[in-house]
Amino acid sequence: MTTFTPLSAAIGGALIGLAAVLLMLLTGRLAGISGILGGLLSSSRDRAWRVAFILGLILAPVAGTLAGYPMSAPAMPASWVIVIAAALLVGFGTRLASGCTSGHGVCGIARLSTRSIVATVVFMSSAIVVVALTRHMLGG
Amino acid sequence: MLLLAGFVCGFIFGLGLLISGMTQPTKVLNFLDLFGAWDPSLAVVMVAALAVSGVGFAVVKQRAPLLAPRNQWPSRTDIDRPLLIGSALFGIGWGLVGLCPGPALENLATLSPRVIVFVSAMAAGMVLHDFWQIQRYAHAELATAGAADG
Repeated sequence: MTTFTPLSAAIGGALIGLAAVLLMLLTGRLAGISGILGGLLSSSRDRAWRVAFILGLILAPVAGTLAGYPMSAPAMPASWVIVIAAALLVGFGTRLASGCTSGHGVCGIARLSTRSIVATVVFMSSAIVVVALTRHMLGG
Repeated sequence: MLLLAGFVCGFIFGLGLLISGMTQPTKVLNFLDLFGAWDPSLAVVMVAALAVSGVGFAVVKQRAPLLAPRNQWPSRTDIDRPLLIGSALFGIGWGLVGLCPGPALENLATLSPRVIVFVSAMAAGMVLHDFWQIQRYAHAELATAGAADG
């Protein structure tokens, strides 16, 4: 059970948007996380800024911890099979679709890209169906 | 400078995910759970992010980036099968655990074994995709594969 947190959601969302605009303004690159990680894993030559971005992403909660707001370990499924299967689907699917929540859901929709709007509707819908099945149909 | 810019942007992005609560899979799953105790926070995160990036992108659209020769905006506009199938597969994985690539990477900071395994398997899925694409286009021109959306 989590409560609706509109204020922190709006502040956090604005920061995500700001990061995307800054990355484009400074480096000319789109802040899509699956693209940034995928490019790092493929034979892409411009690896350094990708590593720096991901390092910044991981160090944000470390800074939060130092400031007195520690991050707790996330609630994850007990089944290792589900953890691994879901992760494979996320990795393969985002690369096949050329984007994830950030690349399509934020950056793409902000550019009014039809591809990204369609992608976002599809991944949101399939996730909603999976949650409905696992939480309400299968009693998970 | 490019490295510093990447780091700062990643850090701000991470702060955004952290403050909004989107690093917590439970909060994401509760947004996706329309038939349960629905938590609309993720929708607010998206609207706020879109408001800032929509205006910001419009402003920076025509200008050259400060630290690179040119902007690399995605160029594709077609709705093809990989886009639809890939998004559907991604959604299934997202709905099973509540982690998409950004929050998954950021959660590495907790050193949770399940997160480390998740990120490793996610990376393996990406590499698997690239390997499969290379096999598919082994005798075709790789250049025609097109630019990524991000």
